[in-house]
This record gives sequence, C-alpha cells and structure tokens, in this order.
Amino acid sequence: MRMLLPHPLLSLMLWALWLLLANSVSPGNLVLGLVLAWLIPLFTARFWADALPVRRPLVLLKFAAVVLYDIVVANIAVARLILGPQDGLRPSFIVMPLELRNDMAIALLASTISLTPGTVSAFLSADRKNLIIHSLHTEDPDEIVRQIRQRYEAPLKEVLE
Amino acid sequence: MQLIGEILVSLLIVIGAAFTFIGSFGLLRLRDFYTRLHAPTKATTLGVGSLLMASAAYFSLRGEGISLHEVLVTIFLFITAPVGAHLIAKAALHLRLQGVSRLPEDGLLEAPEESKEPAA
Repeated sequence: MRMLLPHPLLSLMLWALWLLLANSVSPGNLVLGLVLAWLIPLFTARFWADALPVRRPLVLLKFAAVVLYDIVVANIAVARLILGPQDGLRPSFIVMPLELRNDMAIALLASTISLTPGTVSAFLSADRKNLIIHSLHTEDPDEIVRQIRQRYEAPLKEVLE
Repeated sequence: MQLIGEILVSLLIVIGAAFTFIGSFGLLRLRDFYTRLHAPTKATTLGVGSLLMASAAYFSLRGEGISLHEVLVTIFLFITAPVGAHLIAKAALHLRLQGVSRLPEDGLLEAPEESKEPAA
C-alpha cells in the first residue's frame, strides 16, 4: 500500500488541483487527473520527507479560517500604516523561540506570519530553534510573540506534532 | 439580479485596485528595505484576492458554469508570496543590510555548518 500510494493526501490534492486547472469535471478529466495524482507522488516520493500526520483536520480548518480573517485585517492595518505618518513607525526585529520541530510545520508557521498583521518572517536560525521576525510597527515585542504563539503555533502543534 | 451582480463585481474591482495601489505606493513611501518588504506581501494579497473574486463572480454570473480557476491563482499566490518575502529578507540579513531597526545578534545569523559533515 505504501509503495503504491506513498502520499494519499498529496494525491487527493493533486487530483483537485488538476480538476481546477482544467475547470471541468468531464469523465476524461476525472480519469486523467486520477492517473496524474497517482503517478506524480510515486515519482517525487523521495523529495518528500516523512508523510505529515494530520491528526485533527477540524482544528486545521479552524486555523485556516483564523488566518483568512487575519489576512483581511492585516491588509487594512498595513494600508493604514503605509498611508499614515512615517515618523510614528517603529519597525524592529523580534526573535521568537520556536516550539515546533517538524520542518513542514515551521514552514507553515513562517508563511502564516508573513501573511498576517505587520510581520514578515525573515530568518530561521541554523539550529531551527529561533525564528527572526521583522515587525512593521512594534509597541510590545512580547505581545506579538504571545499572539503568534496563541493564534498560530498552538493549533499547528496540535495538528502536526 | 443582473444589477446586483454588476455592483458586486464593480465593488470588488475597486477594492482590489485600491489595495494593489496602496501596496505599490508603500514601496515608495516606507523608509527602509525591511519595511518595504511588508507592502507587497500584504496589501497586495488582498488586492489581488479581490480582483480574482471579481473575476470568478463575473465569469460565473455570465452563465457559462462556475469559474474556479481563480481559486488556484489565490492558492499559488498565498504559497509563493511569503516564501519570496522570506528569501529576500534572508538574503538582506545575510549581508547585514542596515535599516531603521537594529539587526538581531550575529550569533543567530550564522550559516548552518552541515556542509562540513556528510549526513549519517
């Protein structure tokens, strides 16, 4: 089973991706999509580290909803900062000690940080224990780290580790 | 129904254009390299997102079936924008580029030493 279908979740995603790309669900596309969804993971299996254990899909869904909401808020907040007076801006670097250990989980967290309010993930230390974040406007660095912990890191840890 | 659809599409296009403009304007207005990174990763995601929603709504309302291409563009954008920003920031930090804010300590910015030892 593992040899034949190394990444069931990836296959499912590729299938959905193919159908979206084709923008149709005709029988031909369904079959062609299935074949591709089966073959591509088979040939790229060695590039993928261990399969991700997604334990609580519902928590992941809630996480996605929170992130989408935060993206909208982030856009409005950043738009306001850009248009507002530049003298009041206090940009700074924040070092955030990571609790996550899984590579994929760290990548997800870093991307989420970049998409949400006023922060861009800038550097991952060589030992993968600290993430350096650049914040556009910092009033309290600890508060930012606390928010990231609570809103993004905790659910990711729950789902992936 | 037609009218409501058109108003919705127009609204989305205007919102999208506004945010895309603000994002580009930020590149000009912000003061240093690191803060400029924020403008394209954020203001632009919502801008392009709105434009794509307008596109999906427009083509779906024309009655030629539901158009879902746009969902794909959104997904790819949300995957690539943060990765791009991260790499640009990483390169700048690697070169110790100075900005308005103080750089983090040197110890954290060391390159990994894995090239010396082959992986077991």
